[in-house]
This record gives sequence, structure tokens and C-alpha cells, in this order.
Amino acid sequence: MTDKFEPTIIGFTCNWCSYRAADLAGTARIKYPPNVRLVRLMCSGRLDPTFVFKALSSGADGVIITGCHPGECHYLEQNYKALRRFQLMKRTLVGLGLEPGRVKLIWASAAEGAKFASEINTFVEEIRALGPLHWGIPSDALPVSSVALEEVPA
Amino acid sequence: MSDKPKFAMYWAASCGGCEIAVLNINEKILDFDANFEVVFWPVAMDAKYKDVEAMEDGSILLTLFNGGIRTDENEHIAKLLRRKSKLLVAFGSCANEGCVPGLANFSSIKDMVDTAYSTVSTDNPGNIRPLTSYDMPEGTIHIPTLNPTLKTLDQVVDVDYYMPGCPPESHQIAAVIDLVIQVLQGKAELPPKGSVIGAGPSTVCDECQRSRNVKTITSFKRIMMTEIDPDLCLLEQGIPCNGPATRSGCNARCPTAGAQCIGCYGPAEGVVDYGARLISAFASVIDATDPNEIDRILDGIPDPAGQFYRFNLAGSLLRSSKSAWEKEKA
Repeated sequence: MTDKFEPTIIGFTCNWCSYRAADLAGTARIKYPPNVRLVRLMCSGRLDPTFVFKALSSGADGVIITGCHPGECHYLEQNYKALRRFQLMKRTLVGLGLEPGRVKLIWASAAEGAKFASEINTFVEEIRALGPLHWGIPSDALPVSSVALEEVPA
Repeated sequence: MSDKPKFAMYWAASCGGCEIAVLNINEKILDFDANFEVVFWPVAMDAKYKDVEAMEDGSILLTLFNGGIRTDENEHIAKLLRRKSKLLVAFGSCANEGCVPGLANFSSIKDMVDTAYSTVSTDNPGNIRPLTSYDMPEGTIHIPTLNPTLKTLDQVVDVDYYMPGCPPESHQIAAVIDLVIQVLQGKAELPPKGSVIGAGPSTVCDECQRSRNVKTITSFKRIMMTEIDPDLCLLEQGIPCNGPATRSGCNARCPTAGAQCIGCYGPAEGVVDYGARLISAFASVIDATDPNEIDRILDGIPDPAGQFYRFNLAGSLLRSSKSAWEKEKA
């Protein structure tokens, strides 16, 4: 364990583009920080804002949502729905006092493994700069996962 | 002392509207009186906390608890009544989900007290603040202390049943009292513990008589600044109506009268986070794919956190704003 703050980040990826981008980053052996825990959804349009609220209330320091590029959704236009939900959700979270940078939506196609990795890199550093969130959780009752992160050899 | 089953009703952080709703059951109150002995109901009769403390544990059959848990006194009485009651019902929106008193969870206690005692509407030249304890020659006296955030009843004690509404509709209260009387007479059975009683299983939209088509919203409008079609779905007209996430049970009173649903019956069955469900519902019907255009349309909802959590903030997943709980931790 290091003294550096290691953020816990939950990532919601769509099955058809951005999860494959993550896969491609893996097979291409592109390194990116292990702070992000990916949850695969069939589509970014499946993203219920409840998932994000649950992640933040359970100890996540940031949430990243990834989907297919506009116009390239496997289900025609559900990523536009994700975009609209994201914009309204972000406004609501800001109304609750959250820093706007703690939630992010990016597009990544199945060919963009390198882009995916670099977006994760950027987001982890942005969250690290914002510091721990620990929404409503007293400091003596933090989830264990946010205290120590195991280093995984690439 | 009669041998009728005992009844209690308490108000914690609430407005008193729940009590009025109980009295609004009209002649049904006579049935109620014939079947119950009221042992504790501060708004209706004189009783002391020590009288309740002296009762045997579990000796009150039914307690309707309204109001959120705002002070250490509220918390103490919630725990006391839990111990003394067989059936504890979270009665009304405040006890269920925080309601309007729970909106204080948007602010820290300091901001809240500053607003109450040091804004233009208050004549307080000496900037006096309430003290929670004061030394007198006879000893120290205390008034209740504010908790850092308002909690719902089930965040503090175990709750048997939930009865939503701000306030619960009187016909629903009458139906619940009828049910309890029938249970006492052995003619009916209680629903499973944890059930929502005195409300419907579906959404306000399901009870709403307005006609619905495909919704495509190009702008949100405020109800007082627009001409309303009397028969068409309000959300379809761009009025931010909370019906899609709100529990049925009120006969869609507000939309029927031409006003949008503001969500007082709380989350519908299966809804984990009321605001999140509404975000989903509203965002799905916005007719735009360009981020700037979406932003323009969303500007029509000037206070989304207030719109989506007017009744539900304390009972939501995040429970309070960041500033409120940060002060709680400090």
C-alpha cells in the first residue's frame, strides 16, 4: 500500500463497442491503471442512473460510462438516450453538491483500445486530483476495497 | 382502563397534516374509537413520555409514526415507541422518505440555522441562536439537539409497515383502519411485514385519466406560464410531471385537477431511487440528439435535484447533499 490516494472507479461499458475496446486494450497489452472496475452492460442505453447513484453511495470516487460513438449504436439510438440521461443525471448530481468531474461519459469503438486506455488513464488522474469522495460514509466505516489496491503485473 | 387494543400516534419532524388526514376520515373515527384505546397522541391528548416509558414492552398494538428523525428527541421516541409497539407504521411521507423536512439535507445545520435566525425575514439584531442546554439555579435545562441530517424512520428503527403520502389520503387511512379492525375480529390477515399499505402497487400515470401518445419533448415549461390542454398527458405537454415514478393510491388527484404530480406518494413498487427513475423517464422522452440542444431543453428544469427529490431526499440512495454529510463527518 502506498500513501498515494488510489481512487475506486466504477465503469459501465457497453457490450458491443466499448467493452470490446477494453478487451482490445488487454490483448494489445496496453497498460492502464487498475482503479477502474468495469461492469458490462448490453448497451449504454441500459444504464439506469440508479447504478451510478448506487456506486457513489457505496464508496466509489468516480463513475465512467462508455458507449458506442453516436450513430453507431448496436440498438440504433440507445446511446443518445444514454447521453440525455447522463446530462440530466449530471445536473442532478451537481445539485447535490458533487463535483461535475466525478462522472464522465465517453465514446469508444471496438477498434479504439488505445483510446479507451488513455481515457481511463486521464479519468483516474482527474479523480485522484479531486480526492476521495466516500459519499456519506463515516471514515471509520470505509469499504476495504478503497483502502488498499493490489498491484497487478501487466 | 379498558381492555381495548391500544393505539398511539406520534409526530416527529412533520407539519401536522398527517393528523388532520386521520381526522378527515369523518364518521369512521367512531369505529376507530369503538375499537381502540388511544394511549398516546400528543397532538390530540395530554400524555407524558414517562407514561409511555412505564408501559409494558409491546403493549401498544398499533403506532402510526409520522415525521422524520430530525432531533435526538425524535430518535429517542422512535426507539421508545418501537419497543412498546407490536405494529409500528411509518405513516406519511416524512417517516417514509423524509419529505419536505428532509430537504434540509441539502444544507449543513449551520446554513440552516443561519437562514432561520439571520436572514432579512428575521428580526434578530443580537444574532441570538438557540442553546441546547442552559444552566439555571435549579439545574441545567435542555432542548432537543438537531442531528446532522434528517433520517427516515426505518433508518433508525425496524418498521413493520409503510404508509406513504403527504399526507396519506383519508380514504386510504379509513381502509387501513378497517383492515386492522377486521384483523382484530379474526376476519382478515395482516399483509406480510415490510409491506406498503394504503397505496396502490403501480404509478400515478396508471390512475391518471389524461390521454397519452408518444412523448417527444422539445422544451420543458413551467405550469403557470403555459396554456394547458385539459385532456392530454402533462409530461407530453412539457410539464415536468413526476407521475411516471410515483406510487399510485391518490387517484391521480393533482394531474386530474390540472397540476403536475410532485411525487408525494413516494417511489412506485420496485423503484430503488426515485430521482434516478425520473431522470430515466424524463431523459427518454427528450427529442434531441445533440448535446447542446439537450442542454437547452434541460435548462427548462432549473432545479433538477429539487424537482426529483422534493419528497424523497432523505430516503434516496445518496440521502443528503455533499455539504450536509461532509459537515456531519467533520
